[in-house]
Amino acid sequence: MGAQKNTGDWSSDMEIDAFRRLFPLRFYERHLTEAIRPDARPLKKCRDTSVAPGAVATADGSALAKIGSTTMLASIKMEVMTPSVDSPDEGNIAVEYYMPPICSPIVRPGRPAELAPVIAKQLSNTLLSSGMIDLKELSIISGKAAWMAYLDIYCLDADGALFDAALLSAVAAFSHLNIPAVSLNDEGKLTIVSEESNGEENVEKEPVNRDRRKLTISSIPLSLTCVLHKNYILADPTGEEESIMETSITTVLNTSDQLISLYKPGGPVLASTASIKECVSLTRQRIKELQDILSDSFASMDMN
Amino acid sequence: MAWGGSDPGCPLLRRLPDQTSGRRTTPAAGAPQFEGLMEIDRADGRTPNQLRPLSCSRGVLHRAHGSASWSQGNTQILAAAYGPKAGTKKNENPERASFEVIWKPKSGQIGKQEEEYEMILKRTIQSICVLTVNPNTTTSVIVQVVHDDGALLPCAINAACAALVDAGIPLKHLAVSICCSLVEPGIVMLDPTKLEEEKMKAFTYLVFPNSSHSVLNKGSAQSENNDETEQGLITSVTHGIMSVDDYLQCLERGRAATTKLSDFLRRNLQPQLPSNT
Repeated sequence: MGAQKNTGDWSSDMEIDAFRRLFPLRFYERHLTEAIRPDARPLKKCRDTSVAPGAVATADGSALAKIGSTTMLASIKMEVMTPSVDSPDEGNIAVEYYMPPICSPIVRPGRPAELAPVIAKQLSNTLLSSGMIDLKELSIISGKAAWMAYLDIYCLDADGALFDAALLSAVAAFSHLNIPAVSLNDEGKLTIVSEESNGEENVEKEPVNRDRRKLTISSIPLSLTCVLHKNYILADPTGEEESIMETSITTVLNTSDQLISLYKPGGPVLASTASIKECVSLTRQRIKELQDILSDSFASMDMN
Repeated sequence: MAWGGSDPGCPLLRRLPDQTSGRRTTPAAGAPQFEGLMEIDRADGRTPNQLRPLSCSRGVLHRAHGSASWSQGNTQILAAAYGPKAGTKKNENPERASFEVIWKPKSGQIGKQEEEYEMILKRTIQSICVLTVNPNTTTSVIVQVVHDDGALLPCAINAACAALVDAGIPLKHLAVSICCSLVEPGIVMLDPTKLEEEKMKAFTYLVFPNSSHSVLNKGSAQSENNDETEQGLITSVTHGIMSVDDYLQCLERGRAATTKLSDFLRRNLQPQLPSNT
């Protein structure tokens, strides 16, 4: 990175690392004028992304998603519940998002991260309003029993674009989800048929839902976070970039190109309509990439 | 000023129908109008672009450094600002002023929704305040929901902004907030009530800086710069599915409506400025 070799500035007499620490904004702006970022990415390029479905063996559905070094582990546990009176033929999804102290130096033990409940709320809004999952499919017996999907997402490494990684892992976990088979026991209660005992002893009992099955996933929601600084738009920021340039826009689109959420919580830079449009079009490109990554990872999982 | 009292000089209020009486009035003469939208009926007889009656009274609390009560129809928020105080909080920063927002719901404990509101409100306030003036201090903004009848977060942002002005916190500009809801693709309704919000396909909360023509005098408002400030969006939060075009339409409609809001805010703040007395 020879961008700092210009004269007439502190940077010429100073080691790059010291300059980066002391004048982080100047350090970045110097890169931005060269249309490059300190990690050698062009401004609008996202980091390498990978998805590994089935990372947790004990969960009904799980996935590990990585965007750069941001790592999210999502797992889904299904439980039988009584549906609410308002929607007797629908199941439900409960989202929890954890940021343990392991994930980042900004999270201190004993004090929950400020951001965690916000991301959890955004995730559940996104998943429920996107129509990715038909909640009616989670019904077992109308008015009597339905599935409650407990989605837990752990942030293992927080290095920017947390919501994007969390949503990607959640989507992958739902795609990986197998709904367990259930049967009625002697007391008239539904029990989950465990795989080992799937043989003889349950044969006489009436199976309520026939098989382990997959959910139908329609129009997946996927997102891209962009950081705005002056007139620059940086796609998929790292943690450092997010802390230095504070204005971010998170755009969530689904695969049928509808807007699920456009989230900009304040920030010193005001977003013009043009930059919003730019963010949306960047998100469209990103979604294509992510869809390929998702389908590749599931294809390679099926191979094994 | 009386509790919930309104500025009688505000043309918005004279023009708007009384919400509780449900009277049907002719469309407001000065309101931004868009063709082909007049046929939608709203329970309170408003046109799609009509806001509910606004009222704002400042200095309602004695102990707070600044306070304001803001209401839009039946939604009412009471906001108080304390500060700048010596920074002792975890967010203290030696180079900048820091802010904390405490959201008090009408009843019960705060949940994830309220924590999200706190965060959005805090970041919005941070973006309109001049942070370098009082470094190493904390300013607390306490938001108490008095009644929720739709468009709660925009109402809270407006109230918080008025409270900050009342407390004399240095601001770059004011923030005006509006809720735009999408009845069906292509049809936007402003400032929905709770009942309308529940029926909506999608809605979005938008925050804009107050329109520049009310801050700058005509001479200094250069056309280019003026456009630039008009365009800027401080905060955007959306719920529900909509198409990108619909969002952009909301943006445009919201921006037009905030002109009215910022006029109201300006009129409301003006008589109490020392230069005008």
